[in-house]
Amino acid sequence: MTAVAVGTNRIDPYLIPALDGVAYGLLVFVAASGLVLCFGVANILNLAHGLLYAIGGYTAAALLDGGWASLALALAVGVLAAAAAGVLLAGLLTPVATGSHLSQALLTFGVALAGGSLLVAGFGPDDPQVQVPATLEGSVMVAGHRYAAYRLVFIVVAAVLAAALYLVVRRTRAGMLVRAAVDDPEMVACLGVSPARIRAGVLAAAGALAGAAGVLGAPIIGPGTDTADTVLLLSLVVVVLGGLGSMAGTLLAALAIGEIQTLGVALLPAAAPFLLFAAMAAVLAARARGLAVRWRTA
Amino acid sequence: MSGEVIRRARGAVAALVLVGLVVAPWVVDDYTTALLARTLALALVGVSVALLTGVAGMPTLGQTAPYAAGAYACAVVGSRVSDVGVVQLVVAAGAGALLAALIVPLVVHARGVIVLMITLAIGELVVVVLGRWRSVTGGTDGLAGVPAVRPFWGLPALASDQGRYLYALVVVATLVGAVLVLLRTRAGLVLRAGRDDETRLRASGHRVAVHLSGAHIAAGAIAGAAGSVLVVAQQYISPADFGFDTSALLLLGVVIGGTASVGGALVGAALVIAVRDWLFGVLPGHAPLVLGALFVATVYLLPTGVNRARSRLSEAAAPQPDPPAAQERATVGEVGR
Repeated sequence: MTAVAVGTNRIDPYLIPALDGVAYGLLVFVAASGLVLCFGVANILNLAHGLLYAIGGYTAAALLDGGWASLALALAVGVLAAAAAGVLLAGLLTPVATGSHLSQALLTFGVALAGGSLLVAGFGPDDPQVQVPATLEGSVMVAGHRYAAYRLVFIVVAAVLAAALYLVVRRTRAGMLVRAAVDDPEMVACLGVSPARIRAGVLAAAGALAGAAGVLGAPIIGPGTDTADTVLLLSLVVVVLGGLGSMAGTLLAALAIGEIQTLGVALLPAAAPFLLFAAMAAVLAARARGLAVRWRTA
Repeated sequence: MSGEVIRRARGAVAALVLVGLVVAPWVVDDYTTALLARTLALALVGVSVALLTGVAGMPTLGQTAPYAAGAYACAVVGSRVSDVGVVQLVVAAGAGALLAALIVPLVVHARGVIVLMITLAIGELVVVVLGRWRSVTGGTDGLAGVPAVRPFWGLPALASDQGRYLYALVVVATLVGAVLVLLRTRAGLVLRAGRDDETRLRASGHRVAVHLSGAHIAAGAIAGAAGSVLVVAQQYISPADFGFDTSALLLLGVVIGGTASVGGALVGAALVIAVRDWLFGVLPGHAPLVLGALFVATVYLLPTGVNRARSRLSEAAAPQPDPPAAQERATVGEVGR
C-alpha cells in the first residue's frame, strides 16, 4: 500500500509537464506535417514554413474575442490566409528550375524574411495577447491537479486533426496521388496530373495545416517576432527525426520533442539547452545509415 | 590564349583589391573600418561555405555553428586565459573543428537538400544553446568587453580600429591563401571528383566518406578561425551574430559567387553583407522586407550561379547502390527520387 503511494508521489509532479508535452507535441506535429508534405512530395525545403504558422497565430490574436464564433472565424480566416500564402509561394517558385534546391531554399528564405517584416508592420512589434473562448479559460482537475482547459481540449482537437490527416493521406484519391508523387513523380505526371498543380496543392495544404496549427496553437506557441523561427526549427527537427518515412514516424518524433521540451526540462533543468540537440544526435547517429537509405528513396 | 589573359586579369584584379583593402583604413572612418573587419570575418565563413557547398558538394546552412563555437571559445580564452592572437586563433579553429567533427556522423551519409536541412537544424540548435547556456555564453546578452588582442607574444595590444582591421586582414588573407593552395593539391582534386561523380570515385577505391569528413572538419576549422576574427573585430559577441539569417545571407553570397569559387565566395559574401549593413542603416524598420525582395530577385536573376551545384545535387539524390541507374538519372537531371 505504502509502496503504491510512494510510486504515485514520485510520478505526480511530472504528470502536468507530461500532459503539456502531449499538447506541445501534437501542435508541433500538425505544424511539421505541412513541412513533411512540402519536403516529401514537392521536394522543396520550405524555409517560409514558420511564416505560414505565424500568419495563423497573428490571425488568432487579431480575431479572437472570447467567443466560439470568433474561434471558428479565426480558424477559417487563418487557414485560408496561410493556404493562400502557400499558393503564392508555389507561384513564386514556378520559374525556378525544379531541382535547384539551393535556389528554392534561398527564395523561400527571402519570402520568409519579407513576410515576417510585413507581419510586424501590420500587427506591431509587440507580442500580441491571445484570448481563448471564455468557456475554456478556466482550469479542470486532472488526477488531482489543475490543468488549463484549453490545452486539454486542444489535445483532443489536435488528435482528431492528426487522425483526419492520416485518413486523407491513406484513403482518399488526393492522398494516393500525394503518396504516388513521393514514390514516382514521373509516373504521376504520365497519369495526366500536372506536377505544377500537385506542387501548388501540396503547398496550399501545407499552408492550411500550418495556419490551423497557428490559430489553434496560438495560446501555446503564441505569435511574436521569433515565432516563425521557433516553429521552423521544431518542424525541421521533427522532419529530421521522423525520417520522412511515415506519418507514424513524424507523430512519434513530434511527441518526443514535446516531451523533451516540457518533461525533459522539468526532470533535467541543468541539461535543458542540450536536450533537443542530444536527441537529434542520438537518433541520427544510431539510425544514420537506415535514414540515409530511406531519404535517398524518399 | 584567352584563358591566359583572363587568368592574368583576375590576378591583377585580386592584387588591386588586396592593395585597396590594405590602404582602406586610412581612407574611410573608424566606424566603416570596424564594419569592414567584421565583413572580412563573414567573408571567411563564406569561403568555408563555398568549400562545402561548391567544392565538396554538401550544401550547408549550418556553418554558423562552428563559427559560433570558434567565436565563443575565442571570447572565453581572450577574457580569461590569454590575449595572444595566435593562441586565440588556434583555440577557435580547434573548437570549430571539434564541433564540425561531432556533426560529421549526422551529415556524412546524407546528400543534397537533406544536408541543407540537417545543417540548418544544427545551426539553429546551436543558437538556442548559446542563448540558454548562461554560465559560459552570457545568454542572449552575449559576451562583452573582450580585452584587445595582442597578435603575437611581445607585441603591443591592438587598441585602434585600424590595427584590429589589419590583423583581421592578415589572418583572413593567410587562411584564404592556405585554402587556395590546399585546393590545388590532390585533396582538392579528390573532393571535386567526389562532387562530380561519387559512384566512379568510390569504384576506383576512394573512401568518399573519409574525404567528405575531412572537408567538413577543415571547413569547421576555417569557420572557427573566422569566429576568432569576429571577436577581435567587434570585441563583443551575442547569439544574434550567428542566426539563421546570417547562414542564408552567406549561402546567397556563395551562390552569387559561383558556388565553387573561393574568390567568388569572398566577393559574394562581402557584397551581400555590405548590402545588408547598408540597408539596415538607410531603412531602419523596413530593411528585412527589402532584403527579402532582393533574395527573390537575385534567385530569379542568377540561374547560372547554381548550375554546378545542381549537377551534384541531382546525382546525389539518386540511389547509390546501382550505378547505372544513378548515371542515367543524373543525365536526365531528375531529382525527385
